[in-house]
Amino acid sequence: MRHIISILMENESGALSRVAGLFSARGYNIESLTVAPTEDPSLSRMTLVTRGSEEIIEQITKQLNKLVEIVKLLDLSEGLHIEREMMLVKIKAERANREEVKRLVEIFRGSIIDVTDTSYIVEMTGDGDKLDAFIRAVHEDLVVEVVRTGPSGIARGAKGLSL
Amino acid sequence: MELSGSEIVVQCLKDEGVEYVFGYPGGAVLHIYDAIFKQDDVKHILVRHEQGATHAADGYARATGRPGVALVTSGPGATNAVTGIATAYMDSIPMVVLTGQVPSPFIGSDAFQEVDTVGITRPCVKHNFLVKDVRDLAATFKKAFYIATSGRPGPVVIDIPKDITDPGVKIPYDYPEKISMRSYNPVTRGHTGQIKKAVDLIMAAKCPVVYSGGGVVLGNASESLIEIIRQLKLPITSTLMGLGAYPSSDKQFLGMLGMHGTYEANMAMHGTDVLIAIGARFDDRITGHVERFCPDAKIIHIDIDPSSISKNVRVDVPIVGAVDQVLQNMLKLLKDSKVEQDQDAIQQWWSQINKWREKQCLSYDKSGDTIKPQYALEVLHKVTNGDAYVCSDVGQHQMFTAQFYGFDKPRRWINSGGLGTMGFGLPSAMGVKMAHPDADVVVVTSEASIQMCIQELATCKQHSLPLKILMLNNGYMGMVRQWQEFFYESRYSHSTVESTPDFVKLAESYGHVGMRIERKEDLEQAMQKAFAMKDQLVFMDVVIDPEENVYPMIEAGKGHNEMYLSPESELV
Repeated sequence: MRHIISILMENESGALSRVAGLFSARGYNIESLTVAPTEDPSLSRMTLVTRGSEEIIEQITKQLNKLVEIVKLLDLSEGLHIEREMMLVKIKAERANREEVKRLVEIFRGSIIDVTDTSYIVEMTGDGDKLDAFIRAVHEDLVVEVVRTGPSGIARGAKGLSL
Repeated sequence: MELSGSEIVVQCLKDEGVEYVFGYPGGAVLHIYDAIFKQDDVKHILVRHEQGATHAADGYARATGRPGVALVTSGPGATNAVTGIATAYMDSIPMVVLTGQVPSPFIGSDAFQEVDTVGITRPCVKHNFLVKDVRDLAATFKKAFYIATSGRPGPVVIDIPKDITDPGVKIPYDYPEKISMRSYNPVTRGHTGQIKKAVDLIMAAKCPVVYSGGGVVLGNASESLIEIIRQLKLPITSTLMGLGAYPSSDKQFLGMLGMHGTYEANMAMHGTDVLIAIGARFDDRITGHVERFCPDAKIIHIDIDPSSISKNVRVDVPIVGAVDQVLQNMLKLLKDSKVEQDQDAIQQWWSQINKWREKQCLSYDKSGDTIKPQYALEVLHKVTNGDAYVCSDVGQHQMFTAQFYGFDKPRRWINSGGLGTMGFGLPSAMGVKMAHPDADVVVVTSEASIQMCIQELATCKQHSLPLKILMLNNGYMGMVRQWQEFFYESRYSHSTVESTPDFVKLAESYGHVGMRIERKEDLEQAMQKAFAMKDQLVFMDVVIDPEENVYPMIEAGKGHNEMYLSPESELV
């Protein structure tokens, strides 16, 4: 099962390697991981996507909670939540396919943020499936470079993950 | 009070009530050593290898319950300490290790004696710190000692760059009285509802067994454990790490369980309907094959570490909390409990257990002239009245000690259970002896293990530590040889310990007393003589039966009811 875990942690050097080290030392998978400071600069917010049986996910959350720098943790998959991932794609856009690519970007509600005679850079946000679908829709020969952030997640509703 | 970083290091140790620091100087910690030189409150014990420093600090912590402290330099000092840190981590021993680091501006430049200590130790510490500002030093010490000793204890490393301890930079010093960390709040109080559920389950049990572990020793819960066991007439078995928490000489004690556990303990585990695990972590040496572990049991698990629960074996009633507090709450609830134990069933269970006991699984061949290791430990027990602190190395002698010494008090049995570190015995005993100078402190070791940290004999001389070393010399790495005999058709690949030194001369050259004991009839008298020499370290080289094996034995991955009891026996 895929799980998306949201983590509030001390914004200190080394905290990230503790998380990454825990996963490699105990043989857990990290599918993706995003992290940045929050509105309170002493805290970082991490979204981590992993896979495993219920037992393994239980151990992962317990082991993460044990790390001294982790303040709070929530397995978003346990409730309703929103996931968004951002992607930047550099696409070959020459005469023949310039219009076609532009139309596709519009359909997927992305935006073109850089233009040259022969290329576009497209910015797109959505869940992973949508971004996958866009890549599939563009002919593979046209895709020059893909940069994805990995998902960030937040639980639906009024309650927040805070101190 | 204005102090420099190096003075702050020493002052923090004083303010934490640290008596002894086990260490070895080097470039990155010279400022700290200068500060140590200028005072007398914190005493420094100079070891001969940094591994020895960490094991000694560890032994001190195990024997006292107070955190052990080690101090080593950067680079090789820190890497040598890693084995000792990992040893303490696996057995949850509270320890603070101070490592020197190259000056901050040089970090990352591959400077002389630079190593990423925080990175290297990260997977084997409870937490570690790199101090980046001298003004953080005192708070970091407070946090380190708090983290090391609270919750599930463990080692904490503080990595201190040399410029942080610069004697020329003085800042106001104030040791924080309390520290609170928003990200670290270990649970101590068990959930009352869960405890109640456990009590009901225990009262209804027909074949209950208590399986107690190192957590009972670490959590100073021995008295509560004894009270509850006696009150409910429960059979109790213990892990290697838990020995002594419940008196081995008591008739409700079934002996150790697991790979080299007793027949009665393992059979009781296999047959139990309610297993009460207290401060134990379901290690693979205990459970054997997890699918076949306690097949008919409901399992209650009391542990301070939530991640221990359902890690290897699913449990039915988890209770997260400090063992002593949980047991105390249980005792209170038991008083009010309206459920009565089924006395007939308990009686029947005991008669079944007593039948298993009749196997006398620890009996050994006493007929020959050779000294059997089991006999040597029985004699040790007799000579020390079963009241010594026994520090062991790793291997057959460790298992024999666990089986035959018969520990009646907690914190008397000092051994590397989790990591299984050969070389642990001698240095850990130094820490124990510093803590208990008037007690008998024995190292039970072998000619293989002792050589891994033998240089510490010099430390014992320098600091007048009259240990008694009982070296069971069989000329083999006994446990390796035993596995090769069982599982590799007796191909003894590199498990023979050849070219051993003359240990008597070796001991003497370090300034100690050496004895070689070859005859069974000499053993007791020699040991009496050794223990009578109160001011001398006596090194007893005892020649034992070279091919004695540890029984009972459960092969790795087998069930508790699949034991070998002797070389002749079929699987029982």
